[in-house]
Formats: sequence, C-alpha cells, structure tokens
Amino acid sequence: MAGQNGVILYLKGLTKTFSGHAAVDNIDLEIYEGELFTIVGPSGSGKTTLLRMLAGMEAPSAGDIILRGERINDIPANRRPTCMVFQSLALFPHKEVGANIEFSLKIRGVDKAARKRRALELMALLRLPEAYYRRSVTRISGGERQRVALARALAFDPEILFFDEPLSALDYKLRKTLEKELKDIHRETRKTFVYITHSLEEAMVMSDRIGVMRSGKLVQIGTPQEIYGTPNCRFVSEFIGDVNMLPVTTVAPGRLASKDIPGEIVAPPAANGPSEGFLVVRPEFVRFLSAPGEADNHVVGRLYNEYALGSRIQYQVRVGEQVFVVEKLRHEAFQGRLDQEVTIGWDAADSIVVADT
Amino acid sequence: MSSGLKTALPVIVFLLIGFAAPLLAVIGFSFMPPRTFTLDGEPTFENYVTIYDSTTYISLLWSLGLAAATVVILILICYPVAYGMVRVFGRWSSLVTILFVVPLFVSENVRLYGWLLFFIKNGVLLGTIKAFFDVDLESVLFTRGIILFGMVYVYLPFMLFPMTLGMSMVPNETREAALDLGASRWQVFREVELPLSMPGMVIGCLLTFVLAVGAIAEAKVLGGQQVIPIAHDIEIAFTYAQNWPLGAALSVLLMVVVATLVLLALRRFDLDRFLGRR
Repeated sequence: MAGQNGVILYLKGLTKTFSGHAAVDNIDLEIYEGELFTIVGPSGSGKTTLLRMLAGMEAPSAGDIILRGERINDIPANRRPTCMVFQSLALFPHKEVGANIEFSLKIRGVDKAARKRRALELMALLRLPEAYYRRSVTRISGGERQRVALARALAFDPEILFFDEPLSALDYKLRKTLEKELKDIHRETRKTFVYITHSLEEAMVMSDRIGVMRSGKLVQIGTPQEIYGTPNCRFVSEFIGDVNMLPVTTVAPGRLASKDIPGEIVAPPAANGPSEGFLVVRPEFVRFLSAPGEADNHVVGRLYNEYALGSRIQYQVRVGEQVFVVEKLRHEAFQGRLDQEVTIGWDAADSIVVADT
Repeated sequence: MSSGLKTALPVIVFLLIGFAAPLLAVIGFSFMPPRTFTLDGEPTFENYVTIYDSTTYISLLWSLGLAAATVVILILICYPVAYGMVRVFGRWSSLVTILFVVPLFVSENVRLYGWLLFFIKNGVLLGTIKAFFDVDLESVLFTRGIILFGMVYVYLPFMLFPMTLGMSMVPNETREAALDLGASRWQVFREVELPLSMPGMVIGCLLTFVLAVGAIAEAKVLGGQQVIPIAHDIEIAFTYAQNWPLGAALSVLLMVVVATLVLLALRRFDLDRFLGRR
C-alpha cells in the first residue's frame, strides 16, 4: 500500500490566507498513487480549505500543487482530472439517478448508449438497483444518495477522488456500513482517495495513511497504527479519544516523576520522546494488578465507576485527583465492587512521552 | 362539524364574502341585459355577442402584447441584476434591494406623473437640454414605446424579487459540483443554475404578466391614450357608458384568457418538479 507506489500528488509549502489569517499554513505533503489518505482535524483546522485547493475551487495564496510532476495551481476545477464528493453530496435534484451519474460524460460529449452503459456499470459496482436509473434523486434514501454521489464522481474516471466529510450527516449505523463500503470501493477501483473527516475513528477504519491537522498545519502524518501507537504530541494523543495522560519531568535517567501521582515512574525505553512533557498510556495497556510487582509501574486508587462499551468495558479509577481510564474486553472483565481499593499498573514499554503541544 | 372546519370557518366566510362574492357578481352581471343594474334580469349572451361584433379584440391584443413584451424585457433586465444580487454584490446586494423597493412606497400614479414631468416638452429632460444646448427635441411621451417603458418600470420589482429568490435557492455546492465534474461556466448555467432557478423565474413571469395585462395607468398617463388597453375599455363600460353588464362581460373575457394562458404555462412548467418534489 503506502510507499509502494509513486507520488501522485505533491503539495509544496501550500498556504491559504484569509484576510491575514492562515487557514492552511505551509503544508508539505506527498500522497501516493492508489492510497486512501485521510486528513483529520477538528472543525476550523483548515482541512476543508486544503481540500478545496486540491480540487481547484480555491486558489492557493502560496505554494504549489503538483499532480504527477505537473503544477496544477492555475488549472480550474473543471479541467482537473480530479473529482470531489461534497459533504452535502450536491446531487442535481432536477435530474434522475442516471442523469446525475452520467453528468460528467454528457459534458464530455459521450454518446447516450455509452453513457448509459457506464452508469449501469457503476450502479452495479455500488449495488444500486438498475431500476433506479430513472428514479429522481430526491426519492431515494440517504445511503443510496451517497452511492449515487460516489458513482457520479467515478463516472469520468478521475485520477483522484476527494471526499469532504460525506458521511457526517448520516446516522451511526449507516455511517459504519458506508465506511467499510467506501474502503471496498477503494480496493475495487484502485484510485487515489483523499478523505477529510473530523472523526479519527472514521479515519482509522478506512485509511492507509492519516494526516492530523491542527490550526492549518499537519502535525503528524502516519499509518493508523503509528498515529494510534506513537502520537507525536499531546494534541494527537488526545484527539484519538480516551487516554491516560500525566504531566511528567525526568528526574534521573530512565526515571520520571509526576506531580499528579506519588512515587517515581519507569520511563518508556530511550529515544521515545522529550525529557519533559506528558506520559501517555492507552486505556487498554493499563491492567488491574493483584500484586504491585506485576507491572513496571503501579498506582493504588479507588474503583469509581464502570461503563459498558459493547465489546469492551471501561473502568474509571481515581488516584487522588487523577482519574485513570482502564479498558478490558468483556470476557476479561474485572470483578470488583465500586469504591473498592484497586492497584493498577502498566509496563514502561506500553507508554510514551509526548511534548506539550 | 369537525373542529378543523370550525376553526377554518372565519377564513372561509371571509374568503366567500371578500373574494368569491364580487367575482360571482361580475360573472352574474355579464349575463344580464345591457344597461341594467340588477342581477335579477333575464340571463342573456347579448353582451358577449356585442363584444364579438365590436373591435374590442384590438384592446385585448394590445394588453396581451404589451404584457408579453413587458415580461420578455423584464427577464432580460432582471436576470443579470438578480444574478448580481445573489452571486456578485455580496453585502451590497441589500442596498440594491432597498433601491428597488423604495419606489414601491410611492403610489404608482404619482411615480408615473413624475416620469411625465421628466419627459414632457420643456420638462426636466427636454427643458434642460433646451436651456443648455438650445436644441428642441421631440418628446418621447404619448408613444407606444413609453407605455412599455412605464410598464417595465412599474412591474420590475415583481419580476426581480421572485427571480432573486429562485436563484438564491441554487446551492453553491451544486454549482461547484457541476464545475468539478467538468462543466464549463455556460454548461453550469444551462444544466444547473437555469433549471434550478426556474421556479422563481416562472413565478416572476406569471406575476408580472397577470399584473401587466390589467395595466391601465401607463397607457393613460404616459401614453396619452395612444393605446387603449382592455382595462380601459372595462373602466369606460362601468363609468361613462353606465353599461355594467358589458363591463362585466369584458372582465370575464379577460379573466378567461389570462387564466387559460397561466394554466397552460403552469402545465408546461411544473413547479413541483423544478423543486425536486417529484
């Protein structure tokens, strides 16, 4: 997957300023042929502006967009070999499903029979019933509209497809289904997909690589594994969801101390982060211990509450003012009473230290 | 009686008295003997025969023709203005809106007399030219062209605002999507903007056409009775001629012609389909 193929899209110092404020701030990025790259960030992080520049709907203030070695900054959207699936989908409400899908082909002067052949082929790929060809797009369900929008974007065989949070308006169950479906379509078509979302969970499910965006900058780029396992700053670690985070300083080689818990902490293996910052331990790496020696680090606290998360159970353990989050698979549930004193711990290798940004 | 009907009763009574009754009275009078003033005479088609035998069709054609011309000219003027108000002017568009709305606060007749003073011989325009350049130009008043000008001027807001509304209903993303799929600006216009802004346009056209067919003041004030529109004929029948049944028959004729045209237009342009409701 990532890295095996050549670079299809290269962004060099890409910047967009709106009345002095940089919405997109000097971004360098290489997107590889055939990968599903997701840009994830909170609202206002500039991800939509970035995508609009890539699609040709916004002109960059500075920097270059290079598609297969060719600078495309000044090529308007209608002459770029790329296509966008909008958040609102932006289907043509006055046209039928078939006419929506065929739009780009009609524009390019493809004859009627060939157009219809292509539309039906795409409808089959996206599992839309053939009878829908003549149906108004206002009379199909949200999930079906999603598929029509994707089929419409695929029709003229663009080199890159951009997605602007197309699933954000759908309910949870449908979103989960379509996330997987989209990944399947990506596999089938082998096209380059660039996807933006504010949900890292969504990004994790689908992406080959993820870029985390904050205030117009890409703060970390990596595979879902890298982003999850080795976030490079506090922002990225927190963005993923529940996480245990302690402010720490190095007190001796390999030893850390935190003002929030008593005692010293065994630091993660060397060259794993700055000497001062935040210790990050994912909830699934924290264990309930029957003896303090069972893990490199341990703390004693009180079991405050537990939450069922479906296949997992989450526990909250209070250690003084600090709250630790522990997660267990359901079949490994911890048998304990609320308010019971518990010892929890983690191994140094399962923790990392990140900078406070 | 259901509670819904009870609640609706005041409105129903109001509509019956306020709208249906006068209309029925006019229709009733059109079948009364000429120059009678009651509705209890022997019904007759005499008034319609009179109209058929007269030259009334000339007035009717003038009214329809002027109204149609007004609509066409208004489309040409208002489309670019509406486009500007929705897509170009930005925050200035509210100022433009105010400029077009303010004249509506003044009565139509007063505004037309204003134009009269402006265009009249030795008036604002010609008087000024004469004073400065010493040339004596012919006034454009009392011509057919100035009647059309007056109608376009008076009915402009009734075309502009529905059109602006229709155009603002075209989502920006839909236009961008068409562009992104490879459409040129012209293709975006033809394939997306025009069909999607059609409801506003159709409503504007129907509104201005129906209003303009009944226009009378423009021909009287600016046109100096160069042209007698059908509404003028109706007025004469009801007033000077004291022939209510003839006036009523003319009114019914006008209503039937306009209603037929409007219904034909509505069948051709299905508003629901434009709005994507079907």
